[in-house]
Amino acid sequence: MKKIISILTVVGLLMACFTGCGSTSTEDGIVATDGSTSMEKVIGYLSEVYMEENSDVKVTYNPTGSGSGIQAVLESRCDIGLSSRDLKDEEKAELNGTVVAIDGIAVIVNPENPVKDLTIEQIAGLYKGEITNWSEVGGADAPVVLIGREAASGTRDGFETITYTEDLCKYSQELTSTGDVVQTVASNPNAIGYASVASVKDTVKMLDVEGVAPTTETIQNGTYKVQRDFIFVTKKNAVLTDAAKAFFDFATSEAADDLIVKAGAVPVAR
Amino acid sequence: MKKAANFIEKAMNIIFTLCGFLAVAFVILITGFLLTSGMPAIGKIGITDFLFGTEWASTAATPSYGILPFILTSVYGTFGAIIIGVPLGLMCAIFVAKMAKTSIAKTVRTSVDLLSGIPSVVYGLVGMIIIVPLVREAFNLPDGANLFSAIIVLTVMILPSVISVSETAIRAVPKEYEEASLALGATKTETVFKVIVPAAKSGILTSVVLGIGRSIGEAMAVMMVSGNVANMPGLFKSVRFLTTAVASEMSYSSGLQREALFSIALVLFVFILIINLVLNLIVKKDKE
Repeated sequence: MKKIISILTVVGLLMACFTGCGSTSTEDGIVATDGSTSMEKVIGYLSEVYMEENSDVKVTYNPTGSGSGIQAVLESRCDIGLSSRDLKDEEKAELNGTVVAIDGIAVIVNPENPVKDLTIEQIAGLYKGEITNWSEVGGADAPVVLIGREAASGTRDGFETITYTEDLCKYSQELTSTGDVVQTVASNPNAIGYASVASVKDTVKMLDVEGVAPTTETIQNGTYKVQRDFIFVTKKNAVLTDAAKAFFDFATSEAADDLIVKAGAVPVAR
Repeated sequence: MKKAANFIEKAMNIIFTLCGFLAVAFVILITGFLLTSGMPAIGKIGITDFLFGTEWASTAATPSYGILPFILTSVYGTFGAIIIGVPLGLMCAIFVAKMAKTSIAKTVRTSVDLLSGIPSVVYGLVGMIIIVPLVREAFNLPDGANLFSAIIVLTVMILPSVISVSETAIRAVPKEYEEASLALGATKTETVFKVIVPAAKSGILTSVVLGIGRSIGEAMAVMMVSGNVANMPGLFKSVRFLTTAVASEMSYSSGLQREALFSIALVLFVFILIINLVLNLIVKKDKE
C-alpha cells in the first residue's frame, strides 16, 4: 500500500510539472516566439524596443531552430513561430507565413585566400565537389575544404536551395552553429563556408557573388543572389492574443525597418 | 509530544521512500520513453536497413536512414581512445601509486581530479582551436576535423577515470605480494608488470569499461572536432558519432527523421546497457 501511494505521488508530481510548462505561452502580456536561431538578432532588437515602449508586455524568444519553431506554433506552444526557411506545402495548409525581413547569406573564405568573387555556378561546383582545387577559380594551388551546417539547418537549406546543390554537397565538416562555421573558416586557409551576413565577423572574408557584394542595398533589390526570407509563422485557424497581434503589427510595420537594419538583416521593400 | 515525534518519524519515512523511488521512476520513465519513441521508426525503416544501411541522408528528397556509419564511428572512436588512453592512464596510475614521492603524487592526483571536472564543451573548444589545426598541419591534410582528432580528445577525456580507478586497484594489492617479488630478486619493473598489474586486473578492467562508457556517451566535445559528416569511418575522414547524430539534428528535425533520431538514441542506450552489464559482471566476479 505504502509503495502504491508513493508511486502515485511521484507520477502526480511529474504530471503537475508538465502541465505547468505548457500553460505559459498563452498568458496575458507575454508574447512567446520560438524558432530560427538565425533570427536571434532581428527578434532581439524588435522585442527590446517594443518592450521599452510597452512595459506591460514581455516578448520571449526561444532559439530552437526553424523546424522546432514551426512545430511549436502547430502545437500552440508559442504565439509566433520564427522560420528562416519557406514553409513547406503541408505546413502551409495550417499555417500562415509573413515575411518580416530578408537575410543575405554570405559566402566566406579565410582572409589569406586571394579569391574575391565567385559565380553561383562556381559556388555550386565547389560544393558539389566538381572543383576541388582553389586554382580552378583563381586562387592558390590548394585543396578546397567545404564547411557547411547540419542537415536540418535553415541557413543550409537556404544556401543549398539558392545554389541548386540540395543533397549534393560534399561537405568536409557539418557544424551546428554559425559561430563554429566562422571560427573554422577563420582558422583554415583553404576553407569556404556560408553564414548569415549579420553574423559574419572580421576574422573571415565575404566574397562577392556574380560581382555583387552582399550589402543592404544589393540584398533588398535582389541583385545579391544568395538571400532568403525571415518569416513570422502563425496558425491559420487561431486568433492571436492582443499582445501578440500588437507585436506582430509592430514588427511588420515601417517603424521596425530601422531595427531590422541594426540587426544586420534587410527590411522588406515596400 | 510523543505523538508529534511519531508523526515526524512517519512523514520523514514517506519522504525518504519517495526519494528512493525517484531514481527508479526516472529510469523507468526514460526507458519507456526511448522504447515507445524509438521503436516506430525502426519498424518503418526496417531493422536491417536501419542498423546496417551505410547511407544517412535524413533530409534528402528520398531520405535514407542507415546508421552503420555512426555505429562504426562510435566503436572505432571508443576503441582508439581505449588503445591509447588505457596504457597511458595505467602507467600514470602506477607512477602515482608506486613510484612517485608523496608530494609529487599529490600534485598529479589533484591535476587528474581537475581534469575530470572540466566540462566537455571546454575539451571540444580546445580540440577545435588547437588539436584540429595541429592534426591538419602534422599530417598535411586539407582539414583536421576527423576521427583521429576525436580519438585524441576522447583519450584525454577518459584518462581521469582510467587513472583514478586503476590507482585504487593498484593500491589495493597487498604489500606482501610486492615485497615477496622484490625479495625473490625481481626488479621493480618486473614486479609492477608481473605481480601488481595481474593482481589488480579486475580493477583495471573496470577502469577500461568506465572509459568505454565515458567515450561512447560523449557528444559535445566530439561534435566540435570530428567534422560531423555521415561518412563511413576512416582515420582521417570527417565522421559522425551516434551521440552527435542525435544532437546535431534533433533541434530542427521533424517527422520520420525525428523518430529515427530517437531510434539512434535507443541504439546508444542499448550500448550503454551492455557496457553496464559487463561492468556488473566484472565487479561480481571480483567479489567471488
